[in-house]
Amino acid sequence: MALLETHGLTAHYGDFQALFGVDIRLDQGECVAIIGANGAGKSSLLRSLSGVLRQEPGMVLLDGRPIGALPADDIVALGISMVPEGRRLFPSLSVEENLMIGAYRSSGNGAWDLDAVYGMFPMLKERRTAPGNALSGGQQQMVAIGRALMSNPRVLLCDELSLGLAPVIIRDIYAALPRIRQAGASVIIVEQDIGQALKVADRVYCMMEGKVTLEGTPEELSRDAIHKAYFGVAA
Amino acid sequence: MIWVDTIVQGILLGGLYALFAAGLSLVFGIMRLVNLAHGDLIVLAAYLLLVIVSMLGLNPFVAALVAMPVMFAIGYGLQRFVLNRVLGADILPPLLVTFGLSVVIQNVLQEGFSADSRRIPAGTLETASLPIGPVTVGLMPLLTLLSAIGVILALQWLFYRTSLGRAFRATSDDPVTAGLMGIKPQRVFAQATGIAMVVVTIAALYLGTRSNFDPTIGPARLIYAFEAVIIGGLGSLWGTLAGGIIIGVAQTLGAAINPEWQILAGHLAFLLVLLVRPRGLFPRAND
Repeated sequence: MALLETHGLTAHYGDFQALFGVDIRLDQGECVAIIGANGAGKSSLLRSLSGVLRQEPGMVLLDGRPIGALPADDIVALGISMVPEGRRLFPSLSVEENLMIGAYRSSGNGAWDLDAVYGMFPMLKERRTAPGNALSGGQQQMVAIGRALMSNPRVLLCDELSLGLAPVIIRDIYAALPRIRQAGASVIIVEQDIGQALKVADRVYCMMEGKVTLEGTPEELSRDAIHKAYFGVAA
Repeated sequence: MIWVDTIVQGILLGGLYALFAAGLSLVFGIMRLVNLAHGDLIVLAAYLLLVIVSMLGLNPFVAALVAMPVMFAIGYGLQRFVLNRVLGADILPPLLVTFGLSVVIQNVLQEGFSADSRRIPAGTLETASLPIGPVTVGLMPLLTLLSAIGVILALQWLFYRTSLGRAFRATSDDPVTAGLMGIKPQRVFAQATGIAMVVVTIAALYLGTRSNFDPTIGPARLIYAFEAVIIGGLGSLWGTLAGGIIIGVAQTLGAAINPEWQILAGHLAFLLVLLVRPRGLFPRAND
């Protein structure tokens, strides 16, 4: 049984339909990347998995248990946490408080606590008393990742980690991924940067217009096939 | 020396206004909800205290301890089952609902307690006084100010030193992302209003023991509370204390010049501060 899977997942914003029957699967210990152009439905998919968007119960299964209709705060308690697009740190909270609030519903058992996060991103410890939004974009992204890890999730959802960051910073951020997986989290990353996604993922889903158009391991997918799945077949 | 005395009395009066305002400031700071029934809830709590004192024969301060959990439950339920439903991008629905609530509370209290003005008996404390240097201060006004400072210290501690306080601030910043942290915004709001009602109970204790009250005086108290909150800067608790003291001092100074000017002087001070500092004295940086 898959750790996390979706069955015919659909998502709507009012009259606008963002997802049309998406089926994806994440196995224990796996890192899956979801790539696609702007508006392909990648973020809607993550928002449905994390409970920000609530769907039919059976559309999202965790260990085979239907969780599609649960609100975000219950989903976190079940072990799925998200690094949201654009970081979304709390400006009223210091760096350390931003990290601590990630453990709001956590019992405190697991690999990740303040020391472990500071061990992975040492520069955060120096800026621990600064307000969350006073940091550089890369440091904010580190706080957002640390905050999501503080609940010791079984599944970590990362939405556009590379958004608006310099390539050297993106490399630093992605360098943390093996350690996160080693500590026991299975990971779904959403990326626009295809090269980055292919480098870190075990399997890749490519989305276009609210549907999965391609699936496979990075080795079996040719550049040409990804190109077609990403932009649609050229006329 | 009369001026020193006047200013000291004004500062003490400011403590009462700060107590009226602290709950309002708390609720506004967390959920941007302007509670027009706040003054009436203070009066409701004062009647609750009166009932406890007269039926159980308790000291008013002990009665307040009994009333606090009751008021917390009222606040929690009010937020959970009524106000949460109208919170949203539009600020008008909560204003209308709390305005209606204000009318309902006043009428229910009139029905139950008549329009007679009442007072919570506090025994010899009512008239006890203490000489401090050149001035003599009443023990009740002094206790009021100390309580206001204590309430604000306690709320500051709650906000900045506890997990619940972090949840308050995070939810106020961004309720959707707070949900991703496992926080239930609806429950956090209900807890905040519950705590605001505990503060309201403390305000009611001093309102009811220091002066007469009747079911209709809530809105007048609400105006002073609003002015204190706005002078201080929306959402700032120490600002609320400063705002209360400014209005208190202005009122006693006005009254010392001419008793007719007491209320007017407070309102003028309010307008003057807004003229100089439109966002209040201690506005929150990230609003």
